[in-house]
Amino acid sequence: MKRILLAALLALSALSSPALAVQPDEVLPDPALETRARAISQELRCLVCQNQSIDDSNAPLARDLRLLVRDRLKAGDSDTKVMEYVTDRYGDYVLLRPPFKATTLVLWIGPFAVLLLGAVGTFLFLRGRRGVAAGADTAPLSADERRRLDALLRKDD
Amino acid sequence: MIPELGHYALVLALFVALVQSVPPLVGAATRNGAWMNVAVPAAIAQMLLVLIAYAALTWAHVVSDFSVLNVVQNSHSAKPMLYKVSGVWGNHEGSMMLWIVMLTIFGAAVAAFGRNLPPTLKARVLAVQGLIGVGFLLFILITSNPFIRVVPAPIDGNDLNPLLQDPGLAFHPPFLYAGYVGFSMAFSFAVAALIEGRVDPAWARWVRPWTLAAWSTLTMGIAMGSWWAYYELGWGGWWYWDPVENASFMPWLAGTALLHSAIVVEKRDALKSWTILLAIVTFSLSLMGTFLVRSGILTSVHAFAVDPKRGIFILVLLAVATGGSLLLYSLRAPTLKAGGLFAPISREGALVLNNLLLSTATATVFIGTLYPLFLDIMKLGKVSVGAPFFNATFLPVAIPMVVAMVVGPFLSWKRADLGAALSRLWVAGVAVVIAVAVTAYVKAGGGPLLALVGIGLAAWAFVGSLVEFADRIALFRTPFRNSWNRAVHLPRSAWGMTIAHACLGLSILGMTGTSAWQTESITAMKPGDRASVAGYEFRFDSVGLVDGPNFKAERGVFTVTRDGQRVATLEPERRSYSTTRMTTTESAIHTTVFSDLYVALGDPTQNGTAWIVRIYHHPLVPWIWIGGVGMMLGGLVSLTDRRFRIGAPERRRAAGKTGGKSAPLPAE
Repeated sequence: MKRILLAALLALSALSSPALAVQPDEVLPDPALETRARAISQELRCLVCQNQSIDDSNAPLARDLRLLVRDRLKAGDSDTKVMEYVTDRYGDYVLLRPPFKATTLVLWIGPFAVLLLGAVGTFLFLRGRRGVAAGADTAPLSADERRRLDALLRKDD
Repeated sequence: MIPELGHYALVLALFVALVQSVPPLVGAATRNGAWMNVAVPAAIAQMLLVLIAYAALTWAHVVSDFSVLNVVQNSHSAKPMLYKVSGVWGNHEGSMMLWIVMLTIFGAAVAAFGRNLPPTLKARVLAVQGLIGVGFLLFILITSNPFIRVVPAPIDGNDLNPLLQDPGLAFHPPFLYAGYVGFSMAFSFAVAALIEGRVDPAWARWVRPWTLAAWSTLTMGIAMGSWWAYYELGWGGWWYWDPVENASFMPWLAGTALLHSAIVVEKRDALKSWTILLAIVTFSLSLMGTFLVRSGILTSVHAFAVDPKRGIFILVLLAVATGGSLLLYSLRAPTLKAGGLFAPISREGALVLNNLLLSTATATVFIGTLYPLFLDIMKLGKVSVGAPFFNATFLPVAIPMVVAMVVGPFLSWKRADLGAALSRLWVAGVAVVIAVAVTAYVKAGGGPLLALVGIGLAAWAFVGSLVEFADRIALFRTPFRNSWNRAVHLPRSAWGMTIAHACLGLSILGMTGTSAWQTESITAMKPGDRASVAGYEFRFDSVGLVDGPNFKAERGVFTVTRDGQRVATLEPERRSYSTTRMTTTESAIHTTVFSDLYVALGDPTQNGTAWIVRIYHHPLVPWIWIGGVGMMLGGLVSLTDRRFRIGAPERRRAAGKTGGKSAPLPAE
């Protein structure tokens, strides 16, 4: 939807052709290795694209990265080793799941902080409401109120 | 001449919008009936004027008037008529016109159908709606005028982006915008209520149908956008967590929360202040989405810095609308009296939990979408936030939300017994166990563990929602005829809830299926070659050349067989548009209820004898959109509930007085 929405909403004039990323000559003969390559590709950003992974992108640079990932896998690297290899060369910006560090603290902690604050707020709200319930709202009826209540109840019968 | 008429109508609409805003606000404050009543004809006049302007722009596109810049930039004489009409909103200026058309239609609808609203509230709602209109009409006239002429007029236009030349363009934006803009009604009602200083169940009853309508159309808009991407982009992705998608997803999440908290206001007169806040936040997120998408800031922060006129204008609009309404909120909210009391374990409590989780989900998407922009603007570095981040942060909130969604409707108002509610859900529990066990057996070892969670969740949501409905109509506990009677007399809102909740389960099923078990084959194929995917055999028969109205295409023919039996013939195309010199893939899809077979024809290989062919098997994928359409239908069914219709509450009260012994309505 990304490209269509971008096109529709930004009215970009220079869009490349649709995402036909992985080319047949890239596919590794070993299906297990290929599956790992695809999974890693989805975690890596195509650096010249807008928020596309190298798995979705048909940019030449994305292809280079895909080939690089596959080369490392063929050389026997583990998944983490491959990621390290790529980030050593391209920096953390290449990671679509940013690493936990000072500048991404807000990003990773934020959602859970919101949840925690919300939960505390809700708890205080509910407790506050119970206080109200125990207090003024349940004050005993005055004699006048009791008389009116009795009258109403009788009328209903 | 006609574009000038449209331009003139647009200017006139701006002044009518001012008339719709200022006198009614003054009139409502001074209890001047005549001044308040100005709002109604003004709202209708504003809509008519905007429609005239929109029709003028459409006319310019239909007759290919290339003396209008907007037509030159986005149309071509050879473009099919469908895309001449829908192409009007396939660009910046035109889409803002569609925005304002939707806005004024909603405003006029309140003017026309809001007869049972108290006069001051109605005047203020229309006035706020008019003010939003003023802001956006100014935006269009100052920064995005679609009626600008070019001299000399070129012979032909630049054509519309081929990716947009698809029936999806005809449907996706109008639904999306109707949803976006529809939340302006909830916003106007909230601001009007804050000015009035009064929020009561009646207010919630008025605001809920508008919210439901906006939510339903936005649901449909998002679902259609996702489907369009799925078949157009050539490999079957349906959600990318892209900022543009998130811009529509945030109002949807907040709107869903609003939809549910308004129920508590209506039924129990509680959570009033929170609901008002949600209404403000939901529309503010719609505005923010418009800012993100319209300012160009997503393409690049630098592009935005070079030409910030449009972006700054929307940012100011956003600041005025959000800031102003939040200021009003901080002044007035403390005066709203808290209403009905409830224990933590109760229907209210469940809806509070729903709101807590939905708000967190909204905040998660918000942070993930805006934080990279924030870092970049502050020159603190660059960070990429993509699907892996959102999957890691959004799902932990979404999963408990769906789990709780099924339990909530079993809890009674005020105080409930969680154990009893869960014990009534045993059927759903059994369904989850069976679904997970069957999946684990059939797909032994295939797919991630999360897939089992997804399948279990889908079963829980779908079966649990149906169990709740069965419980309500006492299915199998009373004679069937009795249950049938109950079902017929159940409020439409109950039907709507069951349909929407169950259909969310179906969507989850589809999302899980295709994410976990899609299989593919990407190969270079020559005519006569065969490929096998997921037990189907695809034979590449031939490639032919096809001439379209404004493109030339290569059309491949594939015969799909399974165990020697013919299943389908698929004809994917690879189109080249001459004016824009772009190619698009038109994938061919054979769909069954359980899966899609998807073929896309890619580029020819270097020597030109073979083509790169991508074949995918997407299990369960159609259910994503079946569920999406179902959720929209649930919203619409709920919208037909009699208590939302004009005068319905009065009639029921009258019947209660005279009849007394009429059949009791089941508890809502």
